[in-house]
Amino acid sequence: MAISTLRPDTPAQLADAVRWALSNEEPLEVRGRGSRRGLGRPVQAAHVLDLAGLSGVVAYEPEELILTVRGGTPLAEVLPLLADRNQHLAFEPPDLGPLLGLPAGGGTVGGLLACGLAGPRRIAAGSARDHLLGVEGVSGRGELYRSGAKVVKNVTGYDLPKLMAGSMGTLTAMTELTVKVLPAPEDTRTLLLAGLDEQAGVQALTRALQSPHDVSGAAHLPEAVAEGSAVAAVAGLRAAVTAVRLEGFGPSVAARAAALTAELGADRVLEREESLALWREIRDVRCFAESAEHHVWKLSVPPAAGPAVAEDIMVRLGDGRFYMDWGGGLIWLSVPPSADPAAIRAAVTLTGGHATLVRAPDAVRAAVDVFQPQPAPLAALAARVKESFDPKRVLNPGRIYAGV
Amino acid sequence: MKMPEPDGRIIANRRAIVERLRAIVPGEGVIVDEEELRAYECDGLTAYRQPPLVVVLPSTTDQVSRVLTACREMGVKVVPRGAGTGLSGGALPLADGVLLGMGKFNRVLEVDYDNRCAVVQPGVTNLGISNAVAERGFYYAPDPSSQIACTIGGNVAENSGGVHCLKYGLTTNNLLGIEMVLMDGTVVRLGGKHLDAGGYDLMGVVTGSEGLLGVVTEVTVRILRKPATARAVLIGFPSNESAGDCVAAIIAAGIIPGGMEMMDKPAIHAAEAFVHAGYPLDVEALLIVELDGPAAEVDHLIERVSDIARTRGSLTLRVSTTEEERLSFWAGRKAAFPAVGRISPDYLCMDGTIPRKALPLVLSRMQDLAEKHRLRVANVFHAGDGNLHPLILYDANKPGELQAAEDFGADILRLCVEVGGVLTGEHGVGVEKRDLMGHQFTEVDLKQQQRLKCAFDPDGLLNPGKVFPELHRCAELGRLHVSGGKLPFPDIPRF
Repeated sequence: MAISTLRPDTPAQLADAVRWALSNEEPLEVRGRGSRRGLGRPVQAAHVLDLAGLSGVVAYEPEELILTVRGGTPLAEVLPLLADRNQHLAFEPPDLGPLLGLPAGGGTVGGLLACGLAGPRRIAAGSARDHLLGVEGVSGRGELYRSGAKVVKNVTGYDLPKLMAGSMGTLTAMTELTVKVLPAPEDTRTLLLAGLDEQAGVQALTRALQSPHDVSGAAHLPEAVAEGSAVAAVAGLRAAVTAVRLEGFGPSVAARAAALTAELGADRVLEREESLALWREIRDVRCFAESAEHHVWKLSVPPAAGPAVAEDIMVRLGDGRFYMDWGGGLIWLSVPPSADPAAIRAAVTLTGGHATLVRAPDAVRAAVDVFQPQPAPLAALAARVKESFDPKRVLNPGRIYAGV
Repeated sequence: MKMPEPDGRIIANRRAIVERLRAIVPGEGVIVDEEELRAYECDGLTAYRQPPLVVVLPSTTDQVSRVLTACREMGVKVVPRGAGTGLSGGALPLADGVLLGMGKFNRVLEVDYDNRCAVVQPGVTNLGISNAVAERGFYYAPDPSSQIACTIGGNVAENSGGVHCLKYGLTTNNLLGIEMVLMDGTVVRLGGKHLDAGGYDLMGVVTGSEGLLGVVTEVTVRILRKPATARAVLIGFPSNESAGDCVAAIIAAGIIPGGMEMMDKPAIHAAEAFVHAGYPLDVEALLIVELDGPAAEVDHLIERVSDIARTRGSLTLRVSTTEEERLSFWAGRKAAFPAVGRISPDYLCMDGTIPRKALPLVLSRMQDLAEKHRLRVANVFHAGDGNLHPLILYDANKPGELQAAEDFGADILRLCVEVGGVLTGEHGVGVEKRDLMGHQFTEVDLKQQQRLKCAFDPDGLLNPGKVFPELHRCAELGRLHVSGGKLPFPDIPRF
């Protein structure tokens, strides 16, 4: 348990806090609102560096496609602001609160980007890292520095913001972030294909993604998952559901839905509201929120290999549920606590890709590899990168890899 | 432009270095002949030239690894080079350095339509990738104007863009994986055919690192289905302000065009005189807005963009009705650089990005600067993302004009930073903008970037003298200055 919490109100105070930690060699747990504490390995630190005091929108310029906020700014404050101007974070950040046993709608912009999470639109719009343009923050050396910029196109110096996205607070405590914001789609529809097995489902998704119809969501839900959907039209099919999303301007969505229906066949087409509801469920992994004792894994694999990887794991484990997003490239997996992580890693290693343990008790996440173990030369490089920002390992030590 | 002082001992040791390289890359893969070395003395930034100590052209990853290992053991600097089309001098050789040419890595290794990616060697040209996947209607999206010649390895090093990058992203947004060799010979693979690498996003930071972190030996890129249609609108405006307003209004309406290019009056006139594209000559600014995608969408958006343009005071407006007409709209823009080359013996192409709202201010200040330096300037502009390409006209044969052009260019880039923008949007820092880095970044910022380099290349042997105005030893950069053990901030809230 933390002995103390440091809550700086300014970047200068934050730098002071890190310098204090550095001189006392006291590691800090870097925290926004704590909504994503359950991700990654648990941090062993006596002191919490709480960024909630660094909150607020610094600049929002819709016509420049730029949003600059302080690191601890709640997402709940930012998302409505963007929605008012018909814009959004195009990487479709998931809200994993309920999956992790917390309320929905939590979290900060800094925490979101630090965890590098992206939703179904990842396949079309890129991930969190593709939208992080500029970062100001304090390194583990206690130095306040800037990288990137506040314009959408920039190649001046190393692209350190990319490195910050997904670094889970282990390199820099981010005081200010500049993200690219984009127009939100005017309309959306989803084609549903019923009753396909995993192979056939992903084949249909592949055809859709190879078409010129700008597909922005491509998921396959086995019957065990689809039947639990809160979207009546999905659950009502009483079968596995393969879902293809189209988004954009009204006339364009209508024309593409018609063309794709002709090419793939569709058992149902969801209109806007039902479509939004279905993709929220897929994005937030709502189907695995209930069975809270089960461990949840996230696998990123070559999309065409998705069905084989999922089947391989089911055969090895003999128990569990899964569904696929990203055209087969993302597998969400819920398994009993007794399931052997080695079986999951082995299946991924065969095809290339990586598996991350997203939900499990702290004790489990402290004991097993949460992220995919890396080959020795790459692990050594990652450790040197950590050292270049945080030589005394005062920022979230061990959050990604033990000892780093 | 000051480059690191050549090391006389290395130059004196040339014979032994060549022998060692020949043991790794036999035959014609090691070039020592003075005449042949001249072919490598500069890249697209031709104002700076320096023949390298020796050129080595490996053809396998193993050879690259052994070359780098050998160079590191001998303490020899290495400058990697793709096609040499870079515009910022990133591949400028060193007198005491080995130039590592990647031209022999020219094979497309695999096209995987089911996973929508292509695995290629770094010496494959940008356009070569699109050509390799064209049969099934796919392409590789980033399209720098040098795409016929530039290679994907160089694109990774520079994080190259192109006219379509507002909608489709830069190189970094279109990569899935790379294989890379570090200066100590270690081979690492980042990413693959899946999305997102596990752990730190090292691929993200290697992309755009200008050959300072590693040598890329294989690239996996995302390929996209070609848009079903593309149409363009050519719009003339009475002022740069009204054209800028129109761009902002298009984006505010939620439209991200495939391409949105602006030209100022000098650029319009130079282009029209050269290619007779049919550009209006009585306007102050010209916009080309290209919409691409499904036909229904393009038709819909053409209407909306045209309506917006009319409300923003457009003087002329033409919508392309045929593919020939669309290409004719682009012909002038694409010929803008050679067109300017026709009206001036030499020109410098600058590359800053600004917040778009600052455009009128920047263009008017640029005219003041033109008068100060007694030089002319023409502007082409990736309007959607604020990336300016001022073309400074000068005559290298007139004493002092090159210097004046460079000073003018530096003034423009400082102006970009002053209004909240950056020194380079897509050409890279290289040697060209190296000494201006202090205007955009503090010393603390730059030292943190250099510490990252130390994680990849602790001896500083890979492409030194580029990007960073000052070289520091890694031992010095790594030193920690820790003072005091007490909390020095009594006012910080503690719980």
